[in-house]
Amino acid sequence: MNRNLLLYGSILVFGLVAPFIFPAFKVQLSILCILIILATTWNIQGGEMGYNTFGNILFYGLGMYLCASVQVGMFFPLAEWTEGGGEKTFVHTPAQFFQGMGVGLLVAAVVPTIVAGLIGYSILGLRGHYFAICTLGLGVAAGEISGGIEIIGAGQGFTTPPFPNIGSTEARGEFFYYLSFLTLVLTFVVVKAIYSTRFRLVLNAIRDNEDKAEAMGIQTMKYKITGWMISAFFCGLAGGIMGGLVGYIDSTDVAFDGREMGVFMVLMAILGGKGTLWGPVIGATLFHFFKEGFWTYFLGWQYVALGVLIVVIVIYFPEGLMGWLREKYPEKFGEVVDEADRKAQVELK
Amino acid sequence: MDFLIFQVPMLTLQATLDGLLLGILFALIAYGMALQWGVMNIINIAQGDLVILGGYIAYFMYLSGIHPAWGIIVCPIVMYFVGVGIYKTVINKVVDRDLFISILATFGISILMMQLMNFAFGADVVLANSEFGTTMLFNNSVTLPNSKIFSAVVSIVFAICLVLYMKKSKLGRAIRATAQNARAAKILGVDTEKVYAATFGINAALCGVAGALIAITFTIHPYMGLPYTIRSFMIVIVAGLGNLPGVAMSGMGLGVFEEFADYILGTEFRIGSVFLLLVLILVYRRFKLSRKREYLK
Repeated sequence: MNRNLLLYGSILVFGLVAPFIFPAFKVQLSILCILIILATTWNIQGGEMGYNTFGNILFYGLGMYLCASVQVGMFFPLAEWTEGGGEKTFVHTPAQFFQGMGVGLLVAAVVPTIVAGLIGYSILGLRGHYFAICTLGLGVAAGEISGGIEIIGAGQGFTTPPFPNIGSTEARGEFFYYLSFLTLVLTFVVVKAIYSTRFRLVLNAIRDNEDKAEAMGIQTMKYKITGWMISAFFCGLAGGIMGGLVGYIDSTDVAFDGREMGVFMVLMAILGGKGTLWGPVIGATLFHFFKEGFWTYFLGWQYVALGVLIVVIVIYFPEGLMGWLREKYPEKFGEVVDEADRKAQVELK
Repeated sequence: MDFLIFQVPMLTLQATLDGLLLGILFALIAYGMALQWGVMNIINIAQGDLVILGGYIAYFMYLSGIHPAWGIIVCPIVMYFVGVGIYKTVINKVVDRDLFISILATFGISILMMQLMNFAFGADVVLANSEFGTTMLFNNSVTLPNSKIFSAVVSIVFAICLVLYMKKSKLGRAIRATAQNARAAKILGVDTEKVYAATFGINAALCGVAGALIAITFTIHPYMGLPYTIRSFMIVIVAGLGNLPGVAMSGMGLGVFEEFADYILGTEFRIGSVFLLLVLILVYRRFKLSRKREYLK
């Protein structure tokens, strides 16, 4: 118990001082926080519940557009802003910017949650690969459709409000880093809290055999929708922050980027080990290092390298890092191993 | 504007004909997907990228002065070997695994192919001009490019050839046996590994033909693959595995739907409406199936 406290404490302290240790990497660290949030929330579906979704990108993109639209729309006409050059004519004062960001993030978190609740009953009734392809379609459809809507910038994109000048040049990076780090801590605490309740057991029961879980009297649909709504809440929040951080929203390349971010979150959770609390965190961190490495050393070939990485991870490490550790040291994970049984299993293989 | 389509019967006829001819092409791609889904139980996300690769082969024939229509002979041969190559390197490691693993692995292949094509051929939208001319119908009010008619005819010929091949040849019988029960087929002396490789190769070859036809009639672009995958997936789930007339019918239905969506909603919503239709079909299917749920399978 004490060891755990020490671990969490040191991570928290490291997180708080990180932007001062690595001042040049503030944006990268913020993106890392966002990636960890996405991987952790994907894990609620993919890892714990056994519903491999490509659709969480829908909530991420929705949050991104909502946050930016609210932030602009609260003070200025949205249509004029997106038509081009709006960000040059209208300038947010610092108070307006932060007020808009706050309300925007609230909307960006709440609306995707409601959306998840509304579509959950229809979508979560699908099983296996039908669910996977359906959610993939959902993400891409959202991207294509939002790319045709004029008021949010259509094909030419949407510039989010630039950060106001409040004296220090470092302020923008620090603000977004602490915002994303705070959200990450919030996500982790909430996810850890719900993993220690019966909720996780229900989700695992759904993953292992949904029909039997239902026969045991669990209202599986209720739990599935709740799980999805929790994911949607944090995905929307992450999207809202990411929109402000990137400064520019494009429908298919930034917001509803089902072919990249949508796959990345799956990959990060798998790399770390799905179905564990720490797996997605480790996976996202590793993946971010890989990705930045590719961007630096294979410039131009980064997506090729990523494609290869996906294939390699999926084929050779489907259980991820935590899964590998679990197989190697089952005692550390609180599993009682019967030596004779294990030998018999090895012989069977 | 929105209701113009109901006021102008010729426009409706034009959209319907375009859709039907396009749908036959979709059905050809979907047939390949149904084949490998039935035999190997794999959903290949890279299906559309194989189509685009076939299209680029035809485009390069066009650039080097050969008539792109010959692509329907060259593309399947080249793509067969590409397909077998992909099978030997990646797919054979995921065949017996969890379905989601194979979806992700083929997703990786899809991204890889997409980017490699982007490097090799550039990010421009290209087409191979066949110079077949156009047919005018009904006092010039309906135009029908001959290349579309050509592509529909070729698709039908290829589909019939494949059906006959599956029925009559030894390999076709082995493929059907493996689809029914891989284990039993193995016991009876079928080399299932070879059957799988051949199936994937045939699927890629079909994609190659379809790609060549798409390069002639429409346009190709490295990033256009995913919609073709989604279309063929949709056609297969509507028709069901191993239901060839159903694949043809739902392919044509999808083609007509797309043309009408294009006219009514506007071109920018075309792909979006395809993906939305997929979601709607799956949700409809889920409610239909949940009425007669069976717990013990």
